[in-house]
Amino acid sequence: MSRRSFLGFVIAGTTLTVAAEVGGAPPASAAVPTAPQVAELYDLGDLQTHSALPTSQLIRITVDDHGLAHFAIPRMEVGQGITTAASMIIADELSMRVEDVRVTLAPARPELVFNQLTGGSNTMESMFTPIRVAAAVARGALLQAAATALGATVSSLVVKGGVVTAPDGSTRTYAALSGAAASSTTTAVRVELAPTSSFDVVGTPRGRVDALEAVTGRKRFTMDLDVPGALPTMVCRPPTLNGSPRSVDNLSAVRAMPGVTDVVVVDTGVAVRAETFGQCIDAVRALRVTWAGGPVEGESDDTVLNRLKAAELPMAVPKVPLLTQTVDMRFEFMFRSSAALEPNCAIADVRDDHATVWAGLKAPIVAQRNIAKALGLPIAQVAVNVVTGGGSFGHKLFGDAAIEAATISRAMGKPVKLMWHRADEPRQGRTHPMATSRIRATLLAGEVLTFEQRHTSVRTDFSHGLGERLTAMAAELPAGLGNLGLAESIFTLTQELPYDFGVVTQLLDEVDMGFNTGSMRNIYSPDVACANELFIDQLARKMRKDPLAFRLAFLRSERVKACLRKVAEVGQWGRAMPTGTAQGIAVHSEYKGATAVLVEIDCRPETVGRQVRDAVTGPRVTRAVIAIDAGLVVNPLGLEAQMMGGVSDGIALALTSSNHLVDGHFLEASWDNYFYTRQWNVPPSFECVVMPSDASLPGGAGEAGVAASVAATACAYARATGTVPTRFPVNHGTVSFTPKTFVPPVPPSPTDGLAHTY
Amino acid sequence: MAQHTFRVNGEAVTVDVADDVRLLWVLRDVLGITGPKYGCGINVCKACTSHINGKAFNPCSVQVKDVGPDDEITTIEGLPDTVGADLHPMQEAWLERDVAQCGYCQPGQIMAAVALVHQVQAGGRQITDDDLDGIRNVCRCGTYNRIREAVRDGAARM
Repeated sequence: MSRRSFLGFVIAGTTLTVAAEVGGAPPASAAVPTAPQVAELYDLGDLQTHSALPTSQLIRITVDDHGLAHFAIPRMEVGQGITTAASMIIADELSMRVEDVRVTLAPARPELVFNQLTGGSNTMESMFTPIRVAAAVARGALLQAAATALGATVSSLVVKGGVVTAPDGSTRTYAALSGAAASSTTTAVRVELAPTSSFDVVGTPRGRVDALEAVTGRKRFTMDLDVPGALPTMVCRPPTLNGSPRSVDNLSAVRAMPGVTDVVVVDTGVAVRAETFGQCIDAVRALRVTWAGGPVEGESDDTVLNRLKAAELPMAVPKVPLLTQTVDMRFEFMFRSSAALEPNCAIADVRDDHATVWAGLKAPIVAQRNIAKALGLPIAQVAVNVVTGGGSFGHKLFGDAAIEAATISRAMGKPVKLMWHRADEPRQGRTHPMATSRIRATLLAGEVLTFEQRHTSVRTDFSHGLGERLTAMAAELPAGLGNLGLAESIFTLTQELPYDFGVVTQLLDEVDMGFNTGSMRNIYSPDVACANELFIDQLARKMRKDPLAFRLAFLRSERVKACLRKVAEVGQWGRAMPTGTAQGIAVHSEYKGATAVLVEIDCRPETVGRQVRDAVTGPRVTRAVIAIDAGLVVNPLGLEAQMMGGVSDGIALALTSSNHLVDGHFLEASWDNYFYTRQWNVPPSFECVVMPSDASLPGGAGEAGVAASVAATACAYARATGTVPTRFPVNHGTVSFTPKTFVPPVPPSPTDGLAHTY
Repeated sequence: MAQHTFRVNGEAVTVDVADDVRLLWVLRDVLGITGPKYGCGINVCKACTSHINGKAFNPCSVQVKDVGPDDEITTIEGLPDTVGADLHPMQEAWLERDVAQCGYCQPGQIMAAVALVHQVQAGGRQITDDDLDGIRNVCRCGTYNRIREAVRDGAARM
């Protein structure tokens, strides 16, 4: 790859601060051919990257007089490893140690407009070049200062570990050069980025920069922050989804409970502030509240499914010759909770004329705006600090807890540290919407002539800023997208069916029923890919072809094929297996990359029936092999971690994890009801292959492992049991727990912990 | 309110708090020891796993009145001191395998792993797949395979 030239800035100041200018958005194609699909030409990542570009010059790196490089990344770290990756990129460009780079999370910066959203697995794709440019500008300024100090030409200098060495052996450290490299005026400079083949750090496996803090308990999450006066606060929530409080019978009695300082009624329930969270839980349980039912009062899984079925768009198979064979299938996907292990939480200190909030926020500018609106304050008077999150999976795209905390703080006139009880999460928190997927294909003489998919979903809430990006970038979008609704546009920008199946149409229709939804990790793709790949196994069966051979024959992307061949080889596709066990294989293409997954599943009665207390056991995935082509890889160790998590998510989505809607509320209240993958569900054998790539930019990683994992697990299950599952997760029909109380809304804290030591 | 005295990470502490407040909140909200995390409050997710007198337990489910002056509570913050080092061998194994993703469950995972290894070693056994299957700590990032590798690795170092 040739050197590429970029403009950057040295910002006026006493220590070296630089910024990147990466230029305007490149033009998109003028028209969308009938094939390939839209997402192959211009995908959601392009939309995010291009809408971020105009403010990329506001991305700044500072090198201080201790020789440390500082960068406040306008994205959120939730475990996906972006602070580590950004540190590596900066260290590489500046020829310094990764340990000497400090990447923190920027607070809400409204001037960044579209350049502060963490989602769509887009961070590395959108920030790789801006970070490199800023670091290269810093390097140039430091070398210029070194050349002056050492009496040498810039081109004769060598940098290693933050030390600049002249031909005569004399040296200067970045620490010593920082002041001299600073500029009293802001100056534009042109920099050239070295070819990607010259990386020393990027592309090598690297442990997380926050690993030591994580394993010593020193890593600080929102609830670990010590904000003066911000006492524990919780909310007594309604028994039905999105219900609201009408009256409270025993306000004064609860206010007099031990430790309780404040009780106030807010829109979402009755808020309690106390000396400890334990006393909040006791107060929440003691409150006697009369509630108004919510928008889905009386609804259940079946009534929502009926609404979806009624909204399914008709198929429109074009005229095809006689003798064709038609294959029709329909799949259903239940509600799933996107809650992380760290529950929704936020700290808010609201005063008369200003407010300060601390929370894990992937869209902090939107949250800032919504908090300001809720408080009736100017945006500039609302400081929003972004705190590293204990997981997100799409859950932290919304500022629900931050807005609620600010509202409560204002009502109480005191700082609050708000935490949702675990039971609040699956019951009132964001979910992946229930959806159905219908597919019809026509076959003739060994060819697939048409493939039609009608995906119908409860409305996904995209109010965290993607809609504004679509509007702003309308002129750049491929023709045709402008006529689609927001969700349909995002569906179109994310869905790639990587097969040559003749005339392909994939359409989305939505039903808006007032559920709290969001883009759970990988948005539509886990459901869509699961339906597609199960369907494709059935097409292969109709044509009497092996699932692997069929896919290789019809795939049109060499990258997808390479991943598929790799997992087939590593996972020994087609090896003899006992009755009741089977392999499954599936692919997915998104985020400028490709994945393939091979799993082996054990559905034999002795495995399915194994007993673990308060657990769902069921079929066991015994082996998982995943191959990922994610373009240019910054940190293979981090990429493998994301794939491991993607496989864990995929197993849960296929087999065990869902919310049951009964009479207007979700039954699930904790991890003993909501069955995310646990150790007893984990494949004892896991392998991840990072595919070599000559791409010049990273693709997406955080969500890339999910879709093919769900699909491969479902395909393996179908082959092991001889029955194609059509509702997911496959165990949804069984409610394998006793639902916890709805009034009070949270369970009591146990007292028998000392009887369970080991 | 009542006074309660017990030992935390090698030091005697006395707190003035109602008898029934669960120890997790005494540690976090009263003493400011934030390594043990809240993930459910009902002894299911195990994010708060710590040790009492060397055995794993979940402080979300123990009332402060049920611990006494002789009870030694060890949280992740005090784990290295139990071996007189900067890091416990299990923490070193964790770092070597780069186990953590978001990190939220990790203190509890490590405390559970150390107790499991003690238990298995006391029985004169090696860690088995069944032992690993029995770990109840939730990791919502799903980094379970690295946890399994690190537990075996940590056991070999202990």
